[in-house]
Amino acid sequence: MVCEMAESAREREGDESGGSDEYEYVTLTSAEVLEKLEEAWQNERFAPELLEHKTEVVDCVLEQIKEMEENLSHVGRGDFVAGIHRLELDRVQYVLRSYLRTRLEKIERHVLHVLEQEADGSSSSRLSPEELVFAKEYADNMEAHLQSLVLQHMPSNLQKLDHSKAVSRPNMDSYVFVRAVERTEQVNVDPHSADNVGY
Amino acid sequence: MTRTVNILDLGARCLGEKALELVRELKRSQDGNLPPYNEDGIRQVVEEMRALFEQNQLEVRATTDGERGLLSGIQLRHACLERNQRCLLAYVHHRMTRIRDYRWQTGSVLPPSFRLSLCEQEIQWFTHYNRSLATYMRSIAPTGLDLTQHLQPPKSLLVEVRCLEDYGEFEMEDGTVVLLHKNTQHYLPRSQCEPLIRQGVLEHIH
Repeated sequence: MVCEMAESAREREGDESGGSDEYEYVTLTSAEVLEKLEEAWQNERFAPELLEHKTEVVDCVLEQIKEMEENLSHVGRGDFVAGIHRLELDRVQYVLRSYLRTRLEKIERHVLHVLEQEADGSSSSRLSPEELVFAKEYADNMEAHLQSLVLQHMPSNLQKLDHSKAVSRPNMDSYVFVRAVERTEQVNVDPHSADNVGY
Repeated sequence: MTRTVNILDLGARCLGEKALELVRELKRSQDGNLPPYNEDGIRQVVEEMRALFEQNQLEVRATTDGERGLLSGIQLRHACLERNQRCLLAYVHHRMTRIRDYRWQTGSVLPPSFRLSLCEQEIQWFTHYNRSLATYMRSIAPTGLDLTQHLQPPKSLLVEVRCLEDYGEFEMEDGTVVLLHKNTQHYLPRSQCEPLIRQGVLEHIH
Protein backbone atom coordinates (compact mmCIF):
# COMPACT_ATOMS: atom_id res chain seq x y z
CA MET A 1 0.00 0.00 0.00
CA VAL A 2 1.34 3.41 -0.87
CA CYS A 3 1.04 5.84 1.95
CA GLU A 4 -0.53 9.10 0.98
CA MET A 5 -0.94 10.81 4.26
CA ALA A 6 -1.66 14.46 4.52
CA GLU A 7 1.51 15.25 6.33
CA SER A 8 3.74 12.79 4.60
CA ALA A 9 5.84 15.57 3.14
CA ARG A 10 6.28 17.23 6.45
CA GLU A 11 8.84 15.65 8.67
CA ARG A 12 7.97 14.96 12.20
CA GLU A 13 9.83 13.64 15.15
CA GLY A 14 9.23 10.26 16.59
CA ASP A 15 11.21 8.74 19.34
CA GLU A 16 12.48 5.31 18.53
CA SER A 17 14.75 3.32 20.74
CA GLY A 18 17.93 3.10 18.74
CA GLY A 19 20.39 0.70 20.29
CA SER A 20 19.82 -1.78 23.04
CA ASP A 21 20.76 0.56 25.86
CA GLU A 22 20.95 4.07 24.55
CA TYR A 23 18.00 6.03 23.33
CA GLU A 24 18.42 7.85 20.10
CA TYR A 25 16.04 10.32 18.61
CA VAL A 26 15.35 9.50 15.03
CA THR A 27 13.31 11.67 12.79
CA LEU A 28 10.78 9.70 10.81
CA THR A 29 8.31 10.77 8.24
CA SER A 30 4.80 9.64 8.86
CA ALA A 31 5.06 7.26 5.93
CA GLU A 32 7.97 5.56 7.65
CA VAL A 33 6.11 5.32 10.90
CA LEU A 34 3.21 3.77 9.08
CA GLU A 35 5.53 1.29 7.47
CA LYS A 36 6.84 0.33 10.86
CA LEU A 37 3.32 -0.14 12.14
CA GLU A 38 2.44 -2.32 9.20
CA GLU A 39 5.53 -4.40 9.73
CA ALA A 40 4.70 -4.86 13.40
CA TRP A 41 1.13 -5.71 12.46
CA GLN A 42 2.09 -8.32 9.91
CA ASN A 43 4.63 -9.92 12.21
CA GLU A 44 2.14 -10.02 15.03
CA ARG A 45 -0.52 -11.60 12.88
CA PHE A 46 1.68 -14.33 11.52
CA ALA A 47 3.65 -15.21 14.62
CA PRO A 48 2.28 -17.91 16.89
CA GLU A 49 3.43 -16.19 20.06
CA LEU A 50 3.17 -12.70 21.42
CA LEU A 51 5.87 -10.36 20.17
CA GLU A 52 7.23 -7.27 21.77
CA HIS A 53 4.91 -4.36 22.05
CA LYS A 54 5.86 -1.49 19.77
CA THR A 55 4.83 1.24 22.12
CA GLU A 56 6.66 4.03 20.34
CA VAL A 57 5.16 3.24 16.99
CA VAL A 58 1.65 3.01 18.40
CA ASP A 59 1.98 6.29 20.25
CA CYS A 60 3.38 7.94 17.18
CA VAL A 61 0.55 6.76 14.97
CA LEU A 62 -2.04 7.76 17.54
CA GLU A 63 -0.64 11.26 17.55
CA GLN A 64 -0.74 11.41 13.80
CA ILE A 65 -4.29 10.20 13.62
CA LYS A 66 -5.26 12.98 15.97
CA GLU A 67 -3.44 15.53 13.87
CA MET A 68 -5.00 14.30 10.68
CA GLU A 69 -8.45 14.35 12.17
CA GLU A 70 -7.93 17.92 13.21
CA ASN A 71 -6.73 18.89 9.78
CA LEU A 72 -9.65 17.17 8.14
CA SER A 73 -12.22 18.77 10.36
CA HIS A 74 -11.50 22.13 8.73
CA VAL A 75 -12.10 20.81 5.25
CA GLY A 76 -15.56 20.98 3.76
CA ARG A 77 -17.60 17.92 2.93
CA GLY A 78 -17.51 18.08 -0.82
CA ASP A 79 -13.76 18.19 -1.18
CA PHE A 80 -12.56 15.25 -3.25
CA VAL A 81 -9.03 15.20 -1.87
CA ALA A 82 -10.35 15.24 1.67
CA GLY A 83 -12.33 12.11 0.86
CA ILE A 84 -9.19 10.28 -0.14
CA HIS A 85 -7.45 11.42 2.99
CA ARG A 86 -10.38 10.26 5.08
CA LEU A 87 -10.22 6.84 3.50
CA GLU A 88 -6.52 6.69 4.19
CA LEU A 89 -7.20 7.68 7.77
CA ASP A 90 -9.74 4.87 8.00
CA ARG A 91 -7.12 2.44 6.76
CA VAL A 92 -4.60 3.55 9.34
CA GLN A 93 -7.24 3.28 12.04
CA TYR A 94 -7.99 -0.24 10.92
CA VAL A 95 -4.35 -1.37 10.91
CA LEU A 96 -3.72 0.13 14.32
CA ARG A 97 -6.79 -1.42 15.88
CA SER A 98 -6.22 -4.74 14.22
CA TYR A 99 -2.69 -4.77 15.60
CA LEU A 100 -3.84 -4.15 19.14
CA ARG A 101 -6.74 -6.56 18.77
CA THR A 102 -4.47 -9.34 17.59
CA ARG A 103 -2.30 -8.82 20.61
CA LEU A 104 -5.26 -8.87 22.96
CA GLU A 105 -6.51 -12.10 21.42
CA LYS A 106 -3.14 -13.72 21.93
CA ILE A 107 -2.96 -12.48 25.48
CA GLU A 108 -6.38 -13.89 26.21
CA ARG A 109 -5.70 -17.21 24.59
CA HIS A 110 -2.43 -17.83 26.39
CA VAL A 111 -2.97 -15.63 29.38
CA LEU A 112 -1.39 -17.88 32.00
CA HIS A 113 1.57 -18.59 29.77
CA VAL A 114 2.10 -14.91 29.05
CA LEU A 115 1.95 -14.02 32.72
CA GLU A 116 4.38 -16.82 33.56
CA GLN A 117 6.82 -15.45 31.04
CA GLU A 118 6.36 -12.00 32.42
CA ALA A 119 6.97 -13.14 35.99
CA ASP A 120 9.97 -15.13 34.86
CA GLY A 121 11.86 -11.97 34.06
CA SER A 122 14.54 -13.70 31.99
CA SER A 123 13.48 -12.04 28.77
CA SER A 124 12.46 -8.44 28.45
CA SER A 125 8.82 -7.65 28.95
CA ARG A 126 6.64 -8.14 25.92
CA LEU A 127 3.55 -6.48 27.25
CA SER A 128 2.89 -2.82 27.54
CA PRO A 129 1.94 -1.74 31.07
CA GLU A 130 -1.69 -1.40 30.00
CA GLU A 131 -1.72 -4.86 28.50
CA LEU A 132 -0.18 -6.27 31.67
CA VAL A 133 -3.00 -4.81 33.73
CA PHE A 134 -5.51 -6.28 31.32
CA ALA A 135 -3.83 -9.69 31.32
CA LYS A 136 -3.80 -9.86 35.10
CA GLU A 137 -7.43 -8.89 35.35
CA TYR A 138 -8.37 -11.37 32.69
CA ALA A 139 -6.50 -14.21 34.39
CA ASP A 140 -8.00 -13.42 37.80
CA ASN A 141 -11.44 -13.17 36.32
CA MET A 142 -11.06 -16.45 34.48
CA GLU A 143 -9.79 -18.33 37.50
CA ALA A 144 -12.51 -16.92 39.73
CA HIS A 145 -15.06 -17.95 37.12
CA LEU A 146 -13.76 -21.51 36.83
CA GLN A 147 -13.51 -21.71 40.58
CA SER A 148 -17.07 -20.65 41.22
CA LEU A 149 -18.63 -22.80 38.52
CA VAL A 150 -16.58 -25.98 38.57
CA LEU A 151 -13.65 -26.31 40.87
CA GLN A 152 -15.32 -25.61 44.20
CA HIS A 153 -17.69 -28.51 43.63
CA MET A 154 -14.86 -30.94 43.04
CA PRO A 155 -13.53 -33.47 45.52
CA SER A 156 -10.84 -31.97 47.71
CA ASN A 157 -7.82 -33.16 45.74
CA LEU A 158 -9.05 -31.73 42.44
CA GLN A 159 -9.98 -28.23 43.48
CA LYS A 160 -6.86 -26.60 42.17
CA LEU A 161 -6.22 -25.68 38.57
CA ASP A 162 -3.23 -27.73 37.54
CA HIS A 163 -1.07 -25.25 35.67
CA SER A 164 1.21 -27.82 34.13
CA LYS A 165 -1.75 -29.38 32.34
CA ALA A 166 -4.25 -26.61 31.85
CA VAL A 167 -2.08 -23.83 30.46
CA SER A 168 -2.45 -23.35 26.75
CA ARG A 169 0.78 -22.38 25.09
CA PRO A 170 1.49 -21.06 21.64
CA ASN A 171 2.70 -23.60 19.17
CA MET A 172 6.28 -22.53 18.70
CA ASP A 173 6.92 -25.19 16.09
CA SER A 174 4.37 -23.86 13.68
CA TYR A 175 5.61 -22.63 10.35
CA VAL A 176 5.84 -18.95 9.57
CA PHE A 177 6.26 -17.06 6.36
CA VAL A 178 9.42 -15.07 5.97
CA ARG A 179 10.58 -12.55 3.49
CA ALA A 180 14.28 -12.04 2.96
CA VAL A 181 15.12 -8.47 3.77
CA GLU A 182 18.72 -8.68 2.70
CA ARG A 183 20.82 -11.10 0.76
CA THR A 184 22.38 -13.84 2.83
CA GLU A 185 24.37 -16.65 1.30
CA GLN A 186 23.43 -19.38 3.66
CA VAL A 187 21.08 -19.82 6.55
CA ASN A 188 21.35 -22.74 8.89
CA VAL A 189 18.02 -24.08 9.92
CA ASP A 190 18.52 -26.24 12.93
CA PRO A 191 15.42 -28.19 13.79
CA HIS A 192 16.48 -28.44 17.42
CA SER A 193 16.96 -24.80 18.14
CA ALA A 194 14.14 -22.40 18.67
CA ASP A 195 16.05 -19.53 17.14
CA ASN A 196 15.26 -20.29 13.56
CA VAL A 197 11.96 -18.51 13.69
CA GLY A 198 12.74 -15.27 11.96
CA TYR A 199 10.32 -12.68 10.77
CA MET B 1 -6.13 -65.00 39.99
CA THR B 2 -8.40 -62.43 38.50
CA ARG B 3 -10.59 -60.35 40.58
CA THR B 4 -13.50 -58.24 39.43
CA VAL B 5 -13.02 -54.66 40.31
CA ASN B 6 -16.14 -53.00 41.51
CA ILE B 7 -15.69 -49.67 39.81
CA LEU B 8 -18.92 -48.18 40.93
CA ASP B 9 -22.49 -49.15 40.62
CA LEU B 10 -23.84 -46.73 38.06
CA GLY B 11 -26.15 -48.97 36.15
CA ALA B 12 -25.25 -49.59 32.55
CA ARG B 13 -23.85 -46.14 31.95
CA CYS B 14 -20.19 -45.66 31.21
CA LEU B 15 -18.07 -43.52 33.41
CA GLY B 16 -17.38 -40.09 32.06
CA GLU B 17 -20.19 -40.28 29.55
CA LYS B 18 -22.10 -37.36 31.00
CA ALA B 19 -19.05 -35.12 30.90
CA LEU B 20 -18.37 -36.03 27.31
CA GLU B 21 -21.98 -35.31 26.48
CA LEU B 22 -21.57 -31.77 27.79
CA VAL B 23 -18.55 -31.14 25.64
CA ARG B 24 -20.31 -32.60 22.62
CA GLU B 25 -23.29 -30.37 23.18
CA LEU B 26 -21.06 -27.33 22.74
CA LYS B 27 -19.28 -28.81 19.78
CA ARG B 28 -22.55 -29.41 17.99
CA SER B 29 -23.64 -25.82 18.47
CA GLN B 30 -20.33 -24.47 17.18
CA ASP B 31 -21.74 -21.94 14.76
CA GLY B 32 -25.26 -21.58 16.01
CA ASN B 33 -26.57 -20.10 19.21
CA LEU B 34 -25.03 -20.85 22.52
CA PRO B 35 -27.11 -23.53 24.27
CA PRO B 36 -28.36 -22.76 27.79
CA TYR B 37 -25.99 -23.43 30.63
CA ASN B 38 -26.51 -27.09 31.42
CA GLU B 39 -26.69 -26.94 35.16
CA ASP B 40 -28.29 -30.33 35.45
CA GLY B 41 -25.56 -31.99 33.40
CA ILE B 42 -22.85 -30.37 35.47
CA ARG B 43 -24.53 -31.48 38.67
CA GLN B 44 -24.70 -35.07 37.47
CA VAL B 45 -21.01 -35.08 36.60
CA VAL B 46 -20.14 -33.61 39.96
CA GLU B 47 -22.23 -36.27 41.66
CA GLU B 48 -20.49 -38.99 39.72
CA MET B 49 -17.18 -37.54 40.77
CA ARG B 50 -18.19 -37.41 44.39
CA ALA B 51 -19.22 -41.06 44.32
CA LEU B 52 -15.97 -42.07 42.62
CA PHE B 53 -13.99 -40.10 45.13
CA GLU B 54 -15.72 -41.65 48.10
CA GLN B 55 -15.25 -45.14 46.73
CA ASN B 56 -11.59 -44.38 46.17
CA GLN B 57 -11.10 -43.15 49.69
CA LEU B 58 -12.67 -46.29 51.06
CA GLU B 59 -10.39 -48.48 49.03
CA VAL B 60 -7.29 -46.46 49.77
CA ARG B 61 -8.02 -46.92 53.43
CA ALA B 62 -8.51 -50.65 52.89
CA THR B 63 -5.22 -50.85 50.99
CA THR B 64 -3.28 -49.15 53.74
CA ASP B 65 -4.88 -51.62 56.11
CA GLY B 66 -3.30 -54.40 54.12
CA GLU B 67 -5.81 -55.47 51.53
CA ARG B 68 -4.30 -56.18 48.13
CA GLY B 69 -5.49 -55.98 44.58
CA LEU B 70 -7.40 -52.71 44.80
CA LEU B 71 -4.82 -50.42 43.29
CA SER B 72 -5.81 -50.79 39.66
CA GLY B 73 -9.38 -49.85 40.49
CA ILE B 74 -8.21 -46.81 42.38
CA GLN B 75 -6.09 -45.71 39.49
CA LEU B 76 -8.88 -46.13 37.02
CA ARG B 77 -11.22 -44.11 39.17
CA HIS B 78 -8.66 -41.40 39.62
CA ALA B 79 -8.17 -41.18 35.87
CA CYS B 80 -11.95 -40.83 35.51
CA LEU B 81 -11.97 -38.07 38.09
CA GLU B 82 -9.27 -36.15 36.26
CA ARG B 83 -10.98 -36.62 32.97
CA ASN B 84 -14.28 -35.37 34.32
CA GLN B 85 -12.62 -32.35 35.81
CA ARG B 86 -10.97 -31.61 32.51
CA CYS B 87 -14.25 -31.92 30.62
CA LEU B 88 -16.09 -29.59 32.97
CA LEU B 89 -13.32 -27.02 32.78
CA ALA B 90 -13.33 -27.25 29.02
CA TYR B 91 -17.09 -26.81 28.99
CA VAL B 92 -17.04 -23.68 31.11
CA HIS B 93 -13.96 -22.26 29.43
CA HIS B 94 -15.32 -22.75 25.96
CA ARG B 95 -18.55 -21.04 26.89
CA MET B 96 -16.47 -18.22 28.27
CA THR B 97 -14.69 -17.70 24.96
CA ARG B 98 -18.01 -17.79 23.13
CA ILE B 99 -19.37 -15.05 25.36
CA ARG B 100 -16.21 -13.11 24.75
CA ASP B 101 -16.67 -13.39 20.98
CA TYR B 102 -20.18 -12.13 21.45
CA ARG B 103 -18.84 -9.05 23.20
CA TRP B 104 -16.74 -8.23 20.15
CA GLN B 105 -19.54 -8.85 17.71
CA THR B 106 -22.44 -7.06 19.26
CA GLY B 107 -21.17 -4.76 21.95
CA SER B 108 -21.33 -4.38 25.67
CA VAL B 109 -25.05 -4.95 26.11
CA LEU B 110 -26.25 -8.53 25.96
CA PRO B 111 -29.47 -9.05 24.04
CA PRO B 112 -32.15 -10.69 26.22
CA SER B 113 -32.29 -13.83 24.09
CA PHE B 114 -28.58 -14.42 24.64
CA ARG B 115 -28.72 -13.51 28.29
CA LEU B 116 -31.27 -16.26 28.89
CA SER B 117 -28.82 -19.00 28.03
CA LEU B 118 -26.21 -17.79 30.49
CA CYS B 119 -26.00 -18.61 34.14
CA GLU B 120 -25.54 -15.96 36.76
CA GLN B 121 -21.79 -16.41 37.11
CA GLU B 122 -21.35 -16.11 33.39
CA ILE B 123 -23.15 -12.80 33.34
CA GLN B 124 -20.90 -11.75 36.16
CA TRP B 125 -17.85 -12.81 34.19
CA PHE B 126 -19.10 -10.86 31.22
CA THR B 127 -19.48 -7.72 33.32
CA HIS B 128 -15.95 -8.11 34.64
CA TYR B 129 -14.60 -8.70 31.16
CA ASN B 130 -16.38 -5.65 29.88
CA ARG B 131 -14.93 -3.57 32.63
CA SER B 132 -11.33 -4.63 32.09
CA LEU B 133 -11.65 -4.24 28.34
CA ALA B 134 -13.02 -0.74 28.78
CA THR B 135 -10.20 0.12 31.18
CA TYR B 136 -7.67 -1.12 28.68
CA MET B 137 -9.18 0.79 25.77
CA ARG B 138 -9.29 3.95 27.84
CA SER B 139 -5.68 3.57 28.91
CA ILE B 140 -4.01 3.23 25.49
CA ALA B 141 -4.70 6.75 24.34
CA PRO B 142 -5.48 9.93 26.23
CA THR B 143 -8.89 10.07 24.61
CA GLY B 144 -9.38 6.31 24.53
CA LEU B 145 -9.37 4.03 21.54
CA ASP B 146 -12.38 1.90 20.77
CA LEU B 147 -10.94 -1.35 19.49
CA THR B 148 -14.34 -2.74 18.65
CA GLN B 149 -14.63 -0.25 15.82
CA HIS B 150 -12.99 -0.76 12.43
CA LEU B 151 -13.26 -4.53 12.49
CA GLN B 152 -13.12 -4.89 8.72
CA PRO B 153 -10.50 -3.42 6.42
CA PRO B 154 -12.08 -0.42 4.70
CA LYS B 155 -12.73 -0.68 0.99
CA SER B 156 -14.44 2.61 0.45
CA LEU B 157 -15.42 5.62 2.47
CA LEU B 158 -19.13 5.38 1.90
CA VAL B 159 -21.21 2.26 1.71
CA GLU B 160 -24.69 1.57 0.55
CA VAL B 161 -26.83 0.10 3.28
CA ARG B 162 -30.39 -1.08 3.52
CA CYS B 163 -32.33 -0.59 6.68
CA LEU B 164 -33.83 -3.79 8.06
CA GLU B 165 -35.90 -2.35 10.87
CA ASP B 166 -37.36 0.94 11.99
CA TYR B 167 -34.49 2.45 13.89
CA GLY B 168 -35.52 6.09 14.00
CA GLU B 169 -33.17 9.01 13.85
CA PHE B 170 -29.46 8.41 13.59
CA GLU B 171 -27.14 11.30 14.19
CA MET B 172 -23.75 11.20 12.57
CA GLU B 173 -20.51 12.69 13.79
CA ASP B 174 -20.86 15.85 11.76
CA GLY B 175 -24.35 16.45 13.06
CA THR B 176 -26.37 15.29 10.07
CA VAL B 177 -29.44 13.35 11.06
CA VAL B 178 -30.61 10.45 8.95
CA LEU B 179 -34.01 8.90 9.37
CA LEU B 180 -33.66 5.13 9.25
CA HIS B 181 -36.92 3.52 8.20
CA LYS B 182 -37.44 -0.10 7.36
CA ASN B 183 -36.54 -0.98 3.76
CA THR B 184 -34.98 2.38 2.94
CA GLN B 185 -31.56 2.57 1.37
CA HIS B 186 -28.83 4.99 2.37
CA TYR B 187 -25.35 5.93 1.34
CA LEU B 188 -23.45 6.49 4.58
CA PRO B 189 -19.89 6.71 5.89
CA ARG B 190 -18.78 3.16 6.60
CA SER B 191 -17.07 3.91 9.89
CA GLN B 192 -20.25 5.24 11.41
CA CYS B 193 -22.72 2.64 10.36
CA GLU B 194 -20.43 -0.29 11.16
CA PRO B 195 -21.90 -0.81 14.64
CA LEU B 196 -25.42 -0.72 13.23
CA ILE B 197 -24.50 -3.28 10.60
CA ARG B 198 -23.18 -5.59 13.29
CA GLN B 199 -26.32 -5.11 15.36
CA GLY B 200 -28.39 -6.11 12.38
CA VAL B 201 -30.17 -2.80 11.94
CA LEU B 202 -28.52 -2.13 8.61
CA GLU B 203 -27.51 -4.50 5.88
CA HIS B 204 -24.46 -3.79 3.78
CA ILE B 205 -25.52 -4.17 0.18
CA HIS B 206 -22.78 -2.63 -1.86
